[in-house]
Amino acid sequence: MLNINKLYVKINKKIIIKNLNLKIKKNNIHILMGPNGSGKSTLSYVITGKPKYKIINGKIIFNKKKINNLLPNKISKLGIFLTFQYPIEINGITMYSFLKNLIKKKKNKLKIIKKNLKKLKINKEYLKRYFNVGFSGGEKKKNEILQMLILKPKFIILDEIDSGLDIDTLNLIFKIIKEYLFLNKNSSLLIITHNTNIINYINASFIHILYNGKIILTSNKIKKTINYINKYGYNNIKNIKLL
Amino acid sequence: MNKKIKKIKKNNYKYGFYTNIKSKTFPLGINKKIIKKISKIKSEPKWIKNLRLKAFKYWKKLKYPNWSNLNYKKINFNFISYFSKIINNKKKNNKKIINTVKKLNLPINNKKKKVAIDFIFDSISLKTTYKNILNKKGIIFCSFNEALKKHSNLVKKYIGTVVPYKDNFYSCLNTSVFSDGSFCYIPKGVKCPIELSSYFRINNNLIGQFERTLIIVDEGGYLSYLEGCTAPIRVNNQIHAAVVELIALKNSTIKYSTIQNWYSGNNKGIGGIYNFVTKRGVCYDNAKITWLQIEKGSALTWKYPSCILKGYKSIGNFKSISFTKNFQQIDTGTKMIHLGKKSKSTIISKSICLDNSINTYRGLVKINRKSKKSKNFTQCDALLIGNKCISNTLPYIIVENSNSIVEHESVISKIEDEQIFYCNQRGINKEKALTIIINGFSMDIIKDLPLEFFLEAKDLFKIDFKNSVG
Ligand SMILES: Nc1ncnc2c1ncn2[C@@H]1O[C@H](COP(=O)(O)OP(=O)(O)OP(=O)(O)O)[C@@H](O)[C@H]1O
Ligand SMILES: [Mg+2]
Repeated sequence: MLNINKLYVKINKKIIIKNLNLKIKKNNIHILMGPNGSGKSTLSYVITGKPKYKIINGKIIFNKKKINNLLPNKISKLGIFLTFQYPIEINGITMYSFLKNLIKKKKNKLKIIKKNLKKLKINKEYLKRYFNVGFSGGEKKKNEILQMLILKPKFIILDEIDSGLDIDTLNLIFKIIKEYLFLNKNSSLLIITHNTNIINYINASFIHILYNGKIILTSNKIKKTINYINKYGYNNIKNIKLL
Repeated sequence: MNKKIKKIKKNNYKYGFYTNIKSKTFPLGINKKIIKKISKIKSEPKWIKNLRLKAFKYWKKLKYPNWSNLNYKKINFNFISYFSKIINNKKKNNKKIINTVKKLNLPINNKKKKVAIDFIFDSISLKTTYKNILNKKGIIFCSFNEALKKHSNLVKKYIGTVVPYKDNFYSCLNTSVFSDGSFCYIPKGVKCPIELSSYFRINNNLIGQFERTLIIVDEGGYLSYLEGCTAPIRVNNQIHAAVVELIALKNSTIKYSTIQNWYSGNNKGIGGIYNFVTKRGVCYDNAKITWLQIEKGSALTWKYPSCILKGYKSIGNFKSISFTKNFQQIDTGTKMIHLGKKSKSTIISKSICLDNSINTYRGLVKINRKSKKSKNFTQCDALLIGNKCISNTLPYIIVENSNSIVEHESVISKIEDEQIFYCNQRGINKEKALTIIINGFSMDIIKDLPLEFFLEAKDLFKIDFKNSVG
């Protein structure tokens, strides 16, 4: 599904990602962890085509198509979706008038939106509020998942969807995500997180550790890797192989 | 389908058409003879002719105004025709006008949209609708011309009381040569049941449009008034210099909404209307005037809808969105002159600035010595798109007593790339994303527009941004 090959990324003259390789097959869940500032969000931005994130070398292939130089809205249309670590606010635009842009069908827009609101236990009064304006941290994250349900993407990057959520919301969101993957069998997921409890919420097939813009470890032994991080932090992660 | 899109992109201004119609147009130039001719063709009362001539005499002595923030070639007032009237009595012409009305999407003869409209085409009002229904309530709504004949006393009592001919260069020129306009009187205690409106259309190639609007709302009355305007696409600049006077007597309310959508010139700055407008209202005790404007068109705009808050607890509001692109220049704002005690004014100005345009807010808040315990709140927000445009905020504040409160906030922001990227990530393209953000930025003001305008305003910001953002 996604294949990143020898990727180098530069922002403002600074190289943030160095020689990164990542392969994610369809119907797969991968976890990406790494210290603050290691380049996790940067990676999610490059995949989704954010301007100013310059690819100076390497390739990003999605379903056999090179997407390096595509416009972000075109990448989105291919079925790549990102839940933002810090979702933005748009003053003056109601949730409804924003969300209806995400639905291609002419009819029943409201019905589709309401159905998904219900799943997320969001009051429909929120449709009248301005997009994310005054929303709590958790409400903003729910709004991200709401848009995921509406857009039905094939490849989903969750950038710290689990930061700052209460336990019930956390359970609800992962329940919805798992349900989504069950219904959309070909979809894949890349979970960026700092949460070492992640394995209690979802079963992944691989974990990658990003350190200083490089993936220094890829493993299918998720539990073991996370336990190691819990104990020793990221600094000695290279030694994990010795265990 | 591709062809269709191209066509739309090429010609974003959908009111840029010309109605090919026979008309009687005065020769170019301004002089006593022309003014007398205007007066004669309208067979107006003598006092108004004298007022014109007095104003003209004064105008000739005035210096051509030079404003710091506007750049344009000096206007030659002898290259303008001051009067053009279509020759009416032919069936063919009527058909053309009906067609024009249709193309402009005006609610004339439309039973669903209840808006009374005074349609001014070049120099003359062609039709005023709903007159009879309004008459039953004692409301007078007619062309200025008709008012001069039938309600001469009312006009005489109020004309020039809010905007004297000596006020400024263009109000003086307007007083000399004005050709028509709208007149409205709301009697004591009457709430006007429908929206009243004027629609100004410049069609002829050579004319300048000089119309006057006079609105009087008697004690306890209420009126919501709308004004719209468009013109054909042309390479030469044309001038529009209007005067609007509002009189809000005790306890009355006037809401005056404008969508100014004159042709703005092309992307090289060629053509477009020069829009020099003097709009002002006076509020007596407990009266309230709200100016609401969407300034989107014109190559050049100079316009400061103002309030003289004469009465005790009188209220003045100014809410504006000005949207400039290409080489447009807008200099707009308001003057709030507080004379009465406990008077209150609110100014909210939002400007959106693209390409090489210049967008200036210029406002005066003056609180007189005797206007004790008065309040003003001013908020100016500017949104810049691209980095060639210029946005200025020039507030002038004069407070002559110590127990009044004046607050000023102003924010200039660049459109946020983060917002655009977020929309892009959701599959929304750049143009649509900008439209969404701009609409959001303007919503505070758009939402106060009468419903009739609200829909049109939402459409106004659906624009082609291709050239504006890299
Ligand atoms: N626009 C930018 N200009 C300059 N530096 C940037 C820019 N964006 C990111 N960086 C830098 O790139 C590095 C990686 O940032 P990134 O946001 O990808 O980290 P992260 O792994 O997501 O961290 P966190 O866990 O804190 O979210 C940081 O050092 C950051 O300061
Ligand atoms: Mg991050």
